[in-house]
Amino acid sequence: MADYTLKIRRYDPESGQAAYYEDFDVALDPERSVLDGILQVRDDEDGSLAIRCSCRAAICGSCGVKVNGTSVLACNTRISDAAASARNGAVVVEPMGNMPVLKDLIVDMDAVHWKKIQRVIPWLLPEGDPPEREYIVPAESMIDVTQSMACIQCGACVSACLSMEVDPEFIGPAALAKAYRFVGDPRDAHTEERLRDLAEDPHGIYDCTHCFACIEVCPKGVDPMNQIMRLRRHATGDYDIKDENNGYGHEKAFVDLVEKYGTLHEAQLLPRSYGQGSLLRSQTEPRAIRQLVQSLPTVVNGLKSGKVSPKKALIHHKLPDQDQVRRIFHAIESKDERLELNMYIVGEGDVGPDETDGEVAEESRGQADKQPAQGETGDER
Amino acid sequence: MKVAYWPGCVSRGFTPELHGSMAKVAPKLDLELVELDRANCCGAGVIAEHNQELVDTLNARTFAMAQGVDGAMGMMNICSTCQGAQSECQERLDADGSYREHINEHLDPEGLQYEHDGAWWNKNFLWLLVEDIGLDKLRSRVERPLHGLRVAPFYGCYVVRPTRRLGYDLYPERDRYLEAVIGAIGAEPVDYAGKHKCCGFPVITMAKETSLRQAGRHLADAIDADADCLVTPCPLCHLNLDLQQPDAAKYVERDLDIPVLHFPQMIGLALGLDPKELGMDKHVVKTADVQRKVAELAAA
Repeated sequence: MADYTLKIRRYDPESGQAAYYEDFDVALDPERSVLDGILQVRDDEDGSLAIRCSCRAAICGSCGVKVNGTSVLACNTRISDAAASARNGAVVVEPMGNMPVLKDLIVDMDAVHWKKIQRVIPWLLPEGDPPEREYIVPAESMIDVTQSMACIQCGACVSACLSMEVDPEFIGPAALAKAYRFVGDPRDAHTEERLRDLAEDPHGIYDCTHCFACIEVCPKGVDPMNQIMRLRRHATGDYDIKDENNGYGHEKAFVDLVEKYGTLHEAQLLPRSYGQGSLLRSQTEPRAIRQLVQSLPTVVNGLKSGKVSPKKALIHHKLPDQDQVRRIFHAIESKDERLELNMYIVGEGDVGPDETDGEVAEESRGQADKQPAQGETGDER
Repeated sequence: MKVAYWPGCVSRGFTPELHGSMAKVAPKLDLELVELDRANCCGAGVIAEHNQELVDTLNARTFAMAQGVDGAMGMMNICSTCQGAQSECQERLDADGSYREHINEHLDPEGLQYEHDGAWWNKNFLWLLVEDIGLDKLRSRVERPLHGLRVAPFYGCYVVRPTRRLGYDLYPERDRYLEAVIGAIGAEPVDYAGKHKCCGFPVITMAKETSLRQAGRHLADAIDADADCLVTPCPLCHLNLDLQQPDAAKYVERDLDIPVLHFPQMIGLALGLDPKELGMDKHVVKTADVQRKVAELAAA
């Protein structure tokens, strides 16, 4: 047994009082969880402390809170670890972020998390008559979506999301990971519509700021940001969806410029992005021209500061071995299937050089990121 | 100490003052940089979003070139984004021998191979400075302690998350190195909400409002915490926090006007280098106040 102090953020809308922090001392075995500490407070000191919890085993996803500023499941966080990372001795426990607080540690999941989940049509949309028995798909085609299926809807990623912090309308990591669960499912018949919808929404897949916050906090290894990147990959690579948010243009411009020069020709990145990847279109399409004009003040600032010279803006040297870079691009981009090493399946354990020649290593080779097989869904029996 | 040096695209593009200041600072710390001038872009997360095999091959190529530099302890970068993008590829290459072999086949025609020996590393200058050069040595080289300068650290997402990929098991303090270095050169680290958050740069082209609200908010928080300037080891963060700062001010509806230093620039000031040599005139938000403070220190 050891003594710990919990500094808990209290708030009761019915009291009319502002939120405040209250310290509680608890005695717990160091192996016990922060949730055990919170429940001890509720049982022994203040029965009015509000916390939502159920399984206590990181399965139900109910007890999401912030511990020392990090979004976690309280049941999945050891009290001694939390005390070790505490700043001033006390373990700070607060409700999750990006969602309104109902009382103490309970946030309104309906108002944010579940509303966003609903937004992505979180159910399968197959076409045609349902099969007589179950839908049958090749096992390998489901590997890609198993990671997003591991989500327990705890909301930790929503709480930590840095895009949502400045744009509450962002569809967000949990819902977009859920969207990928159906986009990646070969039985779904509306893959393209789903992708188009999420690519064209200004708060959709291109509103993710790529900050890894959701990956860092997810207690189930769902890596929501990686699922968002998969959505982008399918939208641009498989369906050529030229969205109004410049998502397609930005990716195409970046990849094309590195293929051409080996390093990034920054001065061309912005105009090409506005022109769906094309420099010519950036100067002829009204939508692109409008965006270019809007970015002129920033360009002028860059020139005035001496960061950028007109010469540098116009001329970008190719790498000495640029033909090698281009060869690599050609060899990989000309393949029918994209190869993806699925770390969720492979794991992070190193396979040493001695183990690479056996069948086991061969089997753990990356999964081909299959093109969606529409029309074949559901009836491969 | 000798390292293979990958400066990245942006340090030689829109933030040339970063590349220049690193070149000035390195000899002052007995650091020999062998620049990888045939290496390619790291992909900055965008090529990874496009095709994983492609980005893994491109970075394996860079790693292989770095491993071929005779006598180098490892590879150094000066960009948080390069660090994160390359660490992501290295994680996959190291995780699976047959995958690594497959990627290496793409490098065969060029006579290159990425070897996984477990000891080879790729480190941002910030990590290298603390872990390999050491703060004691840095302190011993300081010619102009930056007493009284209040510096707000801004790390860049790619060197703080995901911790499982970025060596935090071995080096759990990596998200506190900037404060340690700021302290070691006599300046005062400023605590504020944004230091580990996102500058917004990755979505500046796709979601400008989301992007610049982030940049603006962090800059405002640093100002409210009474900082004289920010410092960042990431040139992409620098672009959003400095080049875009006038625009960011509109999105947060307040005046900003706080200079943002590149990490090697700050080190250079403490090592006695002239602000002009460090390219401090090549900023959108003028660094005059910081320069004046430093000049007063030199006179004192």
